[in-house]
Amino acid sequence: MSSEVLAHEHAAEHAPPRGFMRWITTTNHKDIGTMYLVLSLIMFFVGGAMAMVIRAQLFRPDMQLVTPLFFNQMATMHGLIMIFGAVMPAFVGLANWMIPMMIGAPDMALPRLNNWSFWILPFAFTLLLITLFLPGGGPQGGWTMYVPFNLQLGYGFPFMIFAIHLMGISSVMGAINIIATILNMRAPGMTLMKMPLFVWAWLITAYLLIAVMPVLAGGVTMQLLDRYFGTHFFSVAGGGSPILWEHVFWFFGHPEVYIMILPAFGIISEIIPTFSRKPIFGYRSMVYALASIAFLSFIVWGHHMFVVGMPVAADLFFMFSTMLIAVPTGIKIFNWVATMWKGSLTFETPMLFAVAFIVLFTIGGFSGVMLALVPADFQYNNSYFVVAHFHYVLVTGAVFAIMAAVYYWLPKWTGHMYNEFWGKTHFWLSAIAANVLYFPMHFLGLAGMPRRIPDYPLQFANLNMVVSIGGFVFGLSQLIFVAVIFSCVRAGKKAEARAWEGARGLEWTLPSPVPYHSFSTPPEIA
Amino acid sequence: MTRRRAIAGSLTILGALLSAAVLAAPARAASEYNLPYGVTPISHAVYRLHMLAFWMMCGIGLIVFGLIFYSVIFHRRSRHPVPAKFHENTVFEIVWTILPFFILVILAVPAARLLLRMENLRHSQLTVRITGYQWLWRYTYPRYGINVYSRLSNSSLAAVQYGRHLSPYAVPHYLRSVSHPMVVPTGEKIRLLVTGGDVIHAWWVPALGLQIDANPGLINAMWIKILKPGVYRGACNQICGWGHGYMPIVVVAKPPQQFLEWVRHWRAMHRGPGQGDFPPHPLGL
Ligand SMILES: [Cu+2]
Repeated sequence: MSSEVLAHEHAAEHAPPRGFMRWITTTNHKDIGTMYLVLSLIMFFVGGAMAMVIRAQLFRPDMQLVTPLFFNQMATMHGLIMIFGAVMPAFVGLANWMIPMMIGAPDMALPRLNNWSFWILPFAFTLLLITLFLPGGGPQGGWTMYVPFNLQLGYGFPFMIFAIHLMGISSVMGAINIIATILNMRAPGMTLMKMPLFVWAWLITAYLLIAVMPVLAGGVTMQLLDRYFGTHFFSVAGGGSPILWEHVFWFFGHPEVYIMILPAFGIISEIIPTFSRKPIFGYRSMVYALASIAFLSFIVWGHHMFVVGMPVAADLFFMFSTMLIAVPTGIKIFNWVATMWKGSLTFETPMLFAVAFIVLFTIGGFSGVMLALVPADFQYNNSYFVVAHFHYVLVTGAVFAIMAAVYYWLPKWTGHMYNEFWGKTHFWLSAIAANVLYFPMHFLGLAGMPRRIPDYPLQFANLNMVVSIGGFVFGLSQLIFVAVIFSCVRAGKKAEARAWEGARGLEWTLPSPVPYHSFSTPPEIA
Repeated sequence: MTRRRAIAGSLTILGALLSAAVLAAPARAASEYNLPYGVTPISHAVYRLHMLAFWMMCGIGLIVFGLIFYSVIFHRRSRHPVPAKFHENTVFEIVWTILPFFILVILAVPAARLLLRMENLRHSQLTVRITGYQWLWRYTYPRYGINVYSRLSNSSLAAVQYGRHLSPYAVPHYLRSVSHPMVVPTGEKIRLLVTGGDVIHAWWVPALGLQIDANPGLINAMWIKILKPGVYRGACNQICGWGHGYMPIVVVAKPPQQFLEWVRHWRAMHRGPGQGDFPPHPLGL
């Protein structure tokens, strides 16, 4: 009785301030998670608008809608915004919301750090986006920022570098917080091998972030020094090498792509069992597969650089190590299929996105194996085949997983069920349009179309028009997503605590919507 | 019963596709949708490796997607209301760890052998130095003292430039034609030394099965041996600024005798050591 009163007083004392100050001063994991997700949604549309410009320019040859200079800025910013602004914050937002609830903790371990790691981001993206209005324009050398070309940028150059520094600081702080939370705040009885796979995936991802974001920060600092302080890290004339940048960048860049896909694996591993009404198949091998993918991600970066002119021994090493990744990735896919096998499946929107994820991510995996073959990569490299490959793994992979997660946990967050009809409409339009958008890109690349070009020879005209139409439909379908989220936040059928009857896991033992403070006393783990 | 039929069904489809692949393999017409078979021994081998990988991926895809769709159809709640309870099976887990490993070896071995062949630069008969600039290519023939600047052709340029309303459909080989092509003899092993003059470019001609970065200050070496006379087109494939989309590559392969004639003709036309200055920027920047 008295403890209840205490808990109540405690809650009252910590009731959120009203209005705008609530969001600026909050240290609550749910508020911060919401802000991350909202930022990610905004950036998804900013980056998406840039993609629309790209696809409009490529709708037919000689379009001349934008200048080549502006086109290159769109291609570069689209990549930077989608990676650092849309996908990564979305996963951090999901981690903030779900990890404390999934491990039975009251909040994140370092709530003030949490507030700061979010509030850095709006400033980082302001810095990045205003480069578009500066003399010389924004970054235009691709998100890979290869030197020496990147050093030719106008006034936008230092802004881009500092924006990346800020994003890196934010990511590292977020990662520290996630590791501290998972290692210290699990409810009694929740051993590591009892953790939900989403938590496992994020634990491993957080270590990847801490390992590689400083590498990127160091690399861009070297670019800054080369440009303004007369160093020669990347110029041969001064004893450096432009290839050094490529090695530094991809040593960050390859783990980075796993940073964007491991949490997606975690999400899919939560959703498939729920709607199959069957426990996840091979929990242990799922954890080991995650860990081995993370380890391998550090020794495969050279596969982005086969045409750079590395020694044969390096080419061979990176080819074999890259192909090895197919083994743990295959284990995960087979385990998901085995989870569905002989289950009792229903296909609500989260499940539709999850099944589409397995199929389409696998297609991205197939082109990945092909890209690993060095001699074939001499043809595929930097072509639209590569563009197709990474959009399959990042859009129909990572982004579909994020959408699946949003539909899956919206009832928990808002206390309302979303509109299933519009959710399914959003899914089918997205899934079909994404394939019209990305599948023909394979053919374009094989037939010889380079990426990052504002215009193309006539033999690529037909497929580019198909791709652009797919792109416009995909872009417009996302408006449905926003509408479904908004209407679900405002109203909707009341969600039960266990919104999906097949769902297991601690988050479903809490009422929907979740109270401002959850698990003030740790739950019992069987 | 139904399960056995479905498995048999998917096996039949797989077999049909694979036999279609074998039948389709000899017909390698230039395609809008696939890698070119090309005109060098390397491009032929690359094409075969690509098709091997492609059909293997199709086979695996058929099995994996077949299982998923089988489950989606037959294990939905309306047909399969009571879920099974199993959540591990050591034998299966070991099989799908080991089996992909062997499939990968089938791909890795020919890929590694082909790579070693591509990197074998011995016994080349001619050297061409290729330098990428923003935004044109320079081809130098040290043996003949020839220096060719190769930029976007005037006809493509006319269609590209703003304000001129010349349709690209009126331009032959829009964005794939140049002022002066790189001319090489057929049947000879030619060593290419590739470098960059300002930023990184990449020299890519799909029909030659070859792409190589042009790094400023560093030299990359590759070789080609063109079997058939003809005109082969490609483009810069590393973003290098404003004009990245406007620096095509055209390789003209001639029989050795005609190649030597071209050499004589070029030297007669361009006397003196300088052979003209660096051409003005094609896009007028
Ligand atoms: Cu170039």
